[in-house]
Amino acid sequence: MLDEMQSHVTEDGRTIGGVLMEMRNITLRFGGVVAIKDITFDIREGEIRAIIGPNGAGKSSMLNVISGFYHPQEGEVWFRGHKRPSMKPYQVAHQGIARTFQNIALFEGMSVLDNVMTGRLTHMKAGIFAQALWKGRAEEEEVANREQVEKIIDFLEIQHIRKTPVGRLPYGLKKRVELARALAAEPKLLLLDEPMAGMNVEEKEDMSRFILDVNDEFGTTIALIEHDMGVVMDLSDRVVVMDYGRKIGDGTPDEVRSNQDVIDAYLGVSHD
Amino acid sequence: MLYREAGDFKTSYVADSQTFPIAFDRWRYYAVLAVAFGIIPFLVNDYWANAILVPFLIYAIAAIGLNILTGYCGQVSLGTGGFMAVGAYACFKLMTGFPEVSIVLHIIAAGFITAAVGVFFGLPSLRIKGFYLAVATLAAQFFLVWLFNKVSWFYNYSASGQITAPERDVFGIVVTGPNTEAWAKYLICLVFVTLAAILARNLTRGSLGRQWMAIRDMDIAAEIIGVNPLRAKLTAFAISSFFIGISGALFFAVYLGAIEVGEAFGIQKSFLVLFMIIIGGLGSIFGSFAGAAFLVLLPVVLKLLGVDLFGWPTDIVAHIQLVIVGGLIILFLIVEPHGLAQLWRLAKEKLRLWPFPH
Repeated sequence: MLDEMQSHVTEDGRTIGGVLMEMRNITLRFGGVVAIKDITFDIREGEIRAIIGPNGAGKSSMLNVISGFYHPQEGEVWFRGHKRPSMKPYQVAHQGIARTFQNIALFEGMSVLDNVMTGRLTHMKAGIFAQALWKGRAEEEEVANREQVEKIIDFLEIQHIRKTPVGRLPYGLKKRVELARALAAEPKLLLLDEPMAGMNVEEKEDMSRFILDVNDEFGTTIALIEHDMGVVMDLSDRVVVMDYGRKIGDGTPDEVRSNQDVIDAYLGVSHD
Repeated sequence: MLYREAGDFKTSYVADSQTFPIAFDRWRYYAVLAVAFGIIPFLVNDYWANAILVPFLIYAIAAIGLNILTGYCGQVSLGTGGFMAVGAYACFKLMTGFPEVSIVLHIIAAGFITAAVGVFFGLPSLRIKGFYLAVATLAAQFFLVWLFNKVSWFYNYSASGQITAPERDVFGIVVTGPNTEAWAKYLICLVFVTLAAILARNLTRGSLGRQWMAIRDMDIAAEIIGVNPLRAKLTAFAISSFFIGISGALFFAVYLGAIEVGEAFGIQKSFLVLFMIIIGGLGSIFGSFAGAAFLVLLPVVLKLLGVDLFGWPTDIVAHIQLVIVGGLIILFLIVEPHGLAQLWRLAKEKLRLWPFPH
């Protein structure tokens, strides 16, 4: 099984390393409602890990636990070999975890370039006084980060809208800008919350291509939530299946597809 | 025909991110600076300085300050008058306490003191937003005015409760007190305005400015990207209050010379500066200037037209002014929330393509 291996090479030549992030016995409650119940799974370096499940299964809650929005009542989060103390979302970002949102959460009043540049925040260190003077340290830093941002803008093919205010863009491009913003942080772990929600087939194909390219070229580890089963089975190395806050399946797409609990959860089962 | 970027190619990211990317804009900016520094000081008389130029420059600094907080960082503040009072009283205490130190240093120190007070009153912004924050800053406004009225240490136990600026000079030129020349008043305010605008522009185009705008546009996404909301909001309060404090110090020491806190820095002042940035344009340095110019010029123009030309009674003209300002606020909020600055931007966009609009 996968767990015994430290690292291995996939059929398409990508290297999957050791465990990057580990969720141990996570339980999350809101008052009396149990959103996540005793879930354990891991994410390995370099892999594409999908989290699937019917509506209300607790997938987004799980992503929010990883990115520090929710703090689970029980369980431990391990990241890069260390147990993570309770953290605020911006501290999680500084650790190298970036994400996109189910409903686009871009900065509408800013240009595409500024949005993506904001993603470089964790790499910019100039103090207030250096920035107020601009010439010197702040300008050098701005230019160095701009170069990185331009690489990502090229990579995602959004050069032509660089200076356009985000508010004027169509939905599909907004999704791409949001991915660019998350990538600009050069994250070790990238979380995508329904990256293809509301897209047509062509846009989905584009987005799938970008996700695979990001994983392949930058070696970024990706955890994604997605409802389109075809996409999930094609893209991901391993899949976690959740239902009513519990984990009901975990493994390669083929293993998950043939898991009886998963089939029951998706197709329903008669209670007699 | 000159106004376009065609042929104006940028070959470096430095050139691409400069303040005025279009050559024509750049030259116009240098021309304005040259006129402001090189020509106006020789022409200015007492009427022009006291009625128009000096208040315009001082309000422009206050508007830049409030624009950083409200326009860029999205935190509504009604405490501007109170913070200007902090700058004025800090400047007064420093001037009378350390008469041998330069007035320029006093004004800057007054800015830093106001920044500290601003951070303190900015602390509630970490918990509350929007209207509720506006009410919290309103409390700052009333508390500060009350404080400077009640505690006589602040006005050096003077019998009238007023503070009066003693005479101070910069390089031998008198800039405060009753013997100040009009051009000296104008020039010292102009230097502070120019520096304030450049600093504000640098701060808003860099990483800090993007953090503020991120907080303004969507605070949850900002936090997930690594913006520390505490730090972003408090730096906005600090820098905003720094500029407002400097404008308060200039308002007291250079412009009026003697003030009574409730009269000079009451709630009307807070609203006046807020109206300036709404009419001028939220989130724009140019808008701060446009708004300040508009609201300083409006009463002057109305007086010229109404009283001097048509011979209407003064009180009617004063009422008309209130009606116009009120109407304009509503109009701008509905039609063009980004104010005069946005109209200016649209005009430039049209001009760039003129005469072939496609």
